[in-house]
Amino acid sequence: MDFLNALADPAIPFLRYALLTGIVASLAFGIIGTYVVARRITYIAGAISHCVLAGIGAGLYCQKALGIDWFGPLTGAIVTALIAALIIGLVSLHANQREDTVIGALWSIGMATGLLFIAKTPGYVEPMSYLFGNILLISQADLWLVLALDTVVAGTALLFYHQLLAVCFDEEYARLRGIRTDLFYLLLLCLTALTVVLLVRVVGIVMVIALLTLPAAVAGSFARGLWQMMVLATLCSMLFISSGLAVSYSYDLPSGPTIIVVAGLAYLLVLAGKRLLHRRTGQPKGIA
Amino acid sequence: MTAPVPVVTIRGLDFAYNGSPILRNVNLEIAARDSLCIVGPNGGGKTTLLKLILGLLQPTRGEIRVLGERPEKASLRVGYVPQYAHYDPLFPVTVLDVVLMGRLDRLAIGPYTRQDREAARAALAEMGLADLERRLFAEISGGQRQRTLIARALAASGELLLLDEPTANIDAAAEEHLFEVLKKLNQRLTVMLVTHDVGFASKFFKSIACVNREVVIHPTSELTGELIRNMYGGDIRMIRHDHRCAEGGHCSHGLP
Repeated sequence: MDFLNALADPAIPFLRYALLTGIVASLAFGIIGTYVVARRITYIAGAISHCVLAGIGAGLYCQKALGIDWFGPLTGAIVTALIAALIIGLVSLHANQREDTVIGALWSIGMATGLLFIAKTPGYVEPMSYLFGNILLISQADLWLVLALDTVVAGTALLFYHQLLAVCFDEEYARLRGIRTDLFYLLLLCLTALTVVLLVRVVGIVMVIALLTLPAAVAGSFARGLWQMMVLATLCSMLFISSGLAVSYSYDLPSGPTIIVVAGLAYLLVLAGKRLLHRRTGQPKGIA
Repeated sequence: MTAPVPVVTIRGLDFAYNGSPILRNVNLEIAARDSLCIVGPNGGGKTTLLKLILGLLQPTRGEIRVLGERPEKASLRVGYVPQYAHYDPLFPVTVLDVVLMGRLDRLAIGPYTRQDREAARAALAEMGLADLERRLFAEISGGQRQRTLIARALAASGELLLLDEPTANIDAAAEEHLFEVLKKLNQRLTVMLVTHDVGFASKFFKSIACVNREVVIHPTSELTGELIRNMYGGDIRMIRHDHRCAEGGHCSHGLP
């Protein structure tokens, strides 16, 4: 109840912005999270999210050390996430092997570059809020940007739903049906990159993978097909973010980790519940 | 009257992978409504031949024409049925969505048209899967998955049906069913199938291509122990396991 009162309190608008951001961005999390889980590219999303620190660091450095105002942390994050997605995509399309090595290398080089930029940026920069997120720092201007990114990601993913589904499920067959599968795979990775930037805003770099995959994994336990999984994953993501925020507000806990723990507990509960049900009926229900 | 265009023509084809030859001097002609079975030992080049015909691989030397065109251009008119076991067993996709993939080339953006959906449903009905369309691909049986993939190829309305090891991992009853289905489809389509199951080959196909580096075509009636020895290169121990027996004992066209 405290949480609901606080939401209505005009003195603390940041709580409303945080909740709105979480709910709006859940659309992208649910849709892209489903593709990422179904196609099994969680580790790529992880690498992209850690590369984002390089972009944030570069943005801070450009603004504070070089005085380039238009290239801030968010622009830096978007640019680096897209570059990382394209590098990983091109490697996996053309090199066939050692994809995991490239992913691992990008993962840590991205972090290292970001920390170096931050170290050389004048004034004190707290990397913690980028690593572990702070949704409560979102301003009204941020909310518009989140809305714009969200619309781009969800809109594109839905317009090309069948092409992306085919590329994820059966790349070779899609190619034989005349689909440019390489372009659609790169498109999927770029959409993942933009979603990762949104996620970094909500839960921080380190916990991106959890909020991207846990709602989709929970949804996968009940869904009858990819479309249903997307809808359920979006709803789960909304539920985890809003209840996580409520708990973090009520008990004065950091918001990012609370959201992740709520999501993790829900996932474990669903797994345990399925096992029990499975044992009782002997019938597997749904997948993932 | 001009002679009908052969469905597949291969002339003087060589294929090498990383310098080591896989196929050598292949010459092949497949007429419309023929049924050809490609058999041979593992690593003999069966799947390579299939991928060359699909345009997924390029020959090192020689020429392939499929339905009178280059394979990459003809691929939209070919119904390809991969092995169902290649798919991620946890992928959340419905049977209808899999079959609709056969219509991907007709899709620009957004949802499929009503016409595409009707074609997909008709193909499912033809494979006897009409009531499974909302089920998950992962939860139906192996034989049903195999027929879903054939339905996908039919929804694409190709003229040539190419199947890769369709008898792998399915039980004898499902195999029998598959054989009936192919026999029916062969009345209007050309059927090409890769298998290592020579018993299956002898039951239905009009001709057999033995692929082991080189490709030799035989009418089914010639399939003898001698031929199989040549094909696999050396003496092999053979165990008969016919699925059906005629009243008078084992099938007369089985192996000696």
